[in-house]
Amino acid sequence: MSKTVKSMRTPLGRVRGLGSAKEGVQHWWLQRVTAVALVPLMLLLACAIIKLAGSDHTALAETFQNPFFAIIVLLAVLAAFWHLKLGAQVIIEDYIHSEGAKVATLLAVTFAIYLVGGIAAISVLKLFFGA
Amino acid sequence: MVAFSLPKNSQITEGKTYALPPAKPGEQRKVKRFRVYRWNQEDGQNPRIDTYEVDMNDCGPMVLDALIKIKNEIDPTLTFRRSCREGICGSCAMNIDGGNTLACTKACDDIEGDVKIYPLPHMAVVRDLVPDLTNFYAQYASIEPWMKTQSPAPTRERKQSPEERAKLDGLYECILCACCSTSCPSYWWNSDRYLGPAILLQAYRWIADSRDEMTGERLDNLEDPFRLYRCHTIMNCAQTCPKGLNPAKAIAEIKKLMVERRG
Repeated sequence: MSKTVKSMRTPLGRVRGLGSAKEGVQHWWLQRVTAVALVPLMLLLACAIIKLAGSDHTALAETFQNPFFAIIVLLAVLAAFWHLKLGAQVIIEDYIHSEGAKVATLLAVTFAIYLVGGIAAISVLKLFFGA
Repeated sequence: MVAFSLPKNSQITEGKTYALPPAKPGEQRKVKRFRVYRWNQEDGQNPRIDTYEVDMNDCGPMVLDALIKIKNEIDPTLTFRRSCREGICGSCAMNIDGGNTLACTKACDDIEGDVKIYPLPHMAVVRDLVPDLTNFYAQYASIEPWMKTQSPAPTRERKQSPEERAKLDGLYECILCACCSTSCPSYWWNSDRYLGPAILLQAYRWIADSRDEMTGERLDNLEDPFRLYRCHTIMNCAQTCPKGLNPAKAIAEIKKLMVERRG
């Protein structure tokens, strides 16, 4: 009862609130697109990891010189971290309700995901260009 | 933050036990124990579980029959909603044996051991088994559950082909008992903004109605990260629906239409 007693606003007024945001489709769609993309990408990546298991740094660096291999890994990194960002956002919105804490957590988690994703992408490019 | 444990004044204590009087000589009894959630605003006490013994040889088969017998013969203070006693009004929705269902269509014999009865989960309680459904009904009103058209009203009935009518099957049967919405974790955490399975199924009932002309506006009204997209396909709604409906599928249909209208 506590929630309903505090405000004098009508229940319908509270439910209608600020209206619909007219968005959410793009987020939902991209989460599915990245999920679909990750199925073949992760399979390929898993095969590559199994194949490369035990090889030394030189052999590994050589494999990354192959443009097909490099693009697969780069796309996998992109799709995985994008998917992670979208999913983490949903979890935070689900569980954190105070607006300030929510925005702060969303910012921190988004920055952290893009940072780690960026490091992964740069690592692939570095190996590809052989720097 | 979401609260994962009950506040101190909501923690449940052990209440009274109402035992049956000793059996008369030669009396055959089938005793079932009903463990029922009790709380009222007046006495300032924490909620408690009272235990009632009922002789099922002298009681109707459904949980509602037992509750009515308890109220009539053992404890008149026990409070619950009920009306039609045949699964069409949705009043007696409660949490029985760990699942949300209608007391009037749940058979006591289908429950092993004691029958545990709680109000619908994660709702403010008015008293005992009566939850506060104010927000739920306001959410229902917010989807404007009536036919809306631009064409001038016809002089005869609004026509619909048998195929178009068939699209409402699995939707029109919903009795708004709130079993599904109150079984949904997403609704538990975000019922202030998420409409929940029951209301979204009802919203789709009007979106799917060929006679309604405001489909686009209805979709506009739902296109929101919270109103619609808090559904994470958990499927508790379909699992618990006492009418055997599938709100999760109705929500998926809405999501499909949202994508379809973009391009």
